[in-house]
Amino acid sequence: MTAITKDDSAAINSSADIVRVRQIVRDFAVSLGFSLVEQTKIVTAASELARNAVEHGGGGNVQIQVLNNAMRRGLKLTFSDNGPGIPDLEQALKDGFTTGGGMGLGLGGAKRLVNEFEIDSAPGRGTKVMITRWRNA
Amino acid sequence: MAEARAAGQLIRKNEQQILEQWMALQQQATTRRGDLIRERELRDQSAEFLKNFTTAMTADSENIEAAAWKPLKDILAGISRSRATQGFSPSETAIFVFSLKQPVFDLLRREIKDADMLGSEIWQMTQLLDRLGLYTTEVYQQNREIVINRQQEELLELSTPVVELWKNIVALPLIGTLDSARTQVVMENLLEKIVENEAMIAIIDITGVPTVDTLVAQHLLKTVAAARLMGADCIISGMRPQIAQTIVHLGVNLSDVVTKATLADAFAVALQRTGATVMRTAAKA
Amino acid sequence: MERIPILKMGQFLLVSIQVDMHDQLAITLQDDLTQQIVAHRAHGVLIDISSLEIVDSFIGRMIGNIAGMARMLDAETVLVGMKPAVAITLVELGMSLQGVRTALNVEKGMTMLHASMKGKEFFDRDNEG
Repeated sequence: MTAITKDDSAAINSSADIVRVRQIVRDFAVSLGFSLVEQTKIVTAASELARNAVEHGGGGNVQIQVLNNAMRRGLKLTFSDNGPGIPDLEQALKDGFTTGGGMGLGLGGAKRLVNEFEIDSAPGRGTKVMITRWRNA
Repeated sequence: MAEARAAGQLIRKNEQQILEQWMALQQQATTRRGDLIRERELRDQSAEFLKNFTTAMTADSENIEAAAWKPLKDILAGISRSRATQGFSPSETAIFVFSLKQPVFDLLRREIKDADMLGSEIWQMTQLLDRLGLYTTEVYQQNREIVINRQQEELLELSTPVVELWKNIVALPLIGTLDSARTQVVMENLLEKIVENEAMIAIIDITGVPTVDTLVAQHLLKTVAAARLMGADCIISGMRPQIAQTIVHLGVNLSDVVTKATLADAFAVALQRTGATVMRTAAKA
Repeated sequence: MERIPILKMGQFLLVSIQVDMHDQLAITLQDDLTQQIVAHRAHGVLIDISSLEIVDSFIGRMIGNIAGMARMLDAETVLVGMKPAVAITLVELGMSLQGVRTALNVEKGMTMLHASMKGKEFFDRDNEG
């Protein structure tokens, strides 16, 4: 049974907000005892998704939750925006950097940096991305 | 449930008597372990349990996941943990809860005259106590997991030495089977050591690794890529026919990486790349 | 307006990125660097990221851009000081930073730049050495 023991949120509307989100997520990760590599991964993933919200979603917000279950603790981030949505999710999840496909959304990369990844997006419905990183997973 | 609340109140009214009977039963069951736990401690634990049990029972008699049961579960978790440390088996710890059934049933039989009601009360009690007993076993398991994980971490730290072979050259001799978790830790360690030793070349020797599966091969590749991003090159040595076959069959692409059959060959290449050379200074007599 | 300082070291420029950069700062850096490469006729640029704990795709692209622009202005770029955690993360992100040479630290980076200068000095009219 997983309990949410802390809940916070932040608006992401500008590039300064992206920097702020990085700092907030980093603080959470440190307080949860994530290793340095784990911290770097979750903060970088958050940076990618925050940037998406600003650049493709017209601004949005992120909800940060600390998860607790009997065996371990984790950090769950939910990025939401009311932008145009992503028409082809499969394409978007492909790597954007070396091949030139994937629209450079960083989604595929962010997915590899976390333990759980869920995305809900369609044209006209905005985009919601949920990522979770467990400690020592 | 009105009847259950009645049962809870019955127990509360007769708390002392139940406690005595329960203590007697426990001592019988645990006479072998008199060395592990003293009567005083047992009495304190039992009294605390009983008090919280009746409180929780009168609040919500059916669902031990409800908030009312949390204090009792915390107490049980504490008892389970301390028993484990003291050397009790999980069954012996569970008996702490199960042995409460007898005195409680005796009480219910004495006080409840209606056969149907007695039946359903006893059933309810059995269910509650069974679940609580099982809970102690769950906590025991969780604690074992924690201990095992900690030991694994310590083992990992001990078994991945990175050695400096020469100026700017480090080597990581991998020994034993690699699983995904271990490989990750080992690789992070290697990258740290590359920075520490200001190495330009890192030789990863897999002579002592019997098999390499896809995950391990991928981790190796990622490590090589990461080292390159940092400014160091990697050479994989100890490449053997079986491993080469496995890697090709797995479809993993090692074409970007220099691989050598022996650590010596790899060292020779590394020396050359770092601008060093080995010279014989005197002929053997 | 805050800017990231660019130091002149002989025929090279050294940029030490120490803050969490927001977009405007990054764009300003790119502009400043290209101007300075021309102004000092620099042959090499050292970008030191040893203080950066996070390098996301945006910063990665910025570094790639800088290397590309520098090359067109006849200057080599070497990226130094990448932390292991950052390297591991960039690999997972899929960033290869192609076209950017890397070295462990400023010292090795300078050695690398000097080595690639051999043969170039001949064409310099004012050789600052």
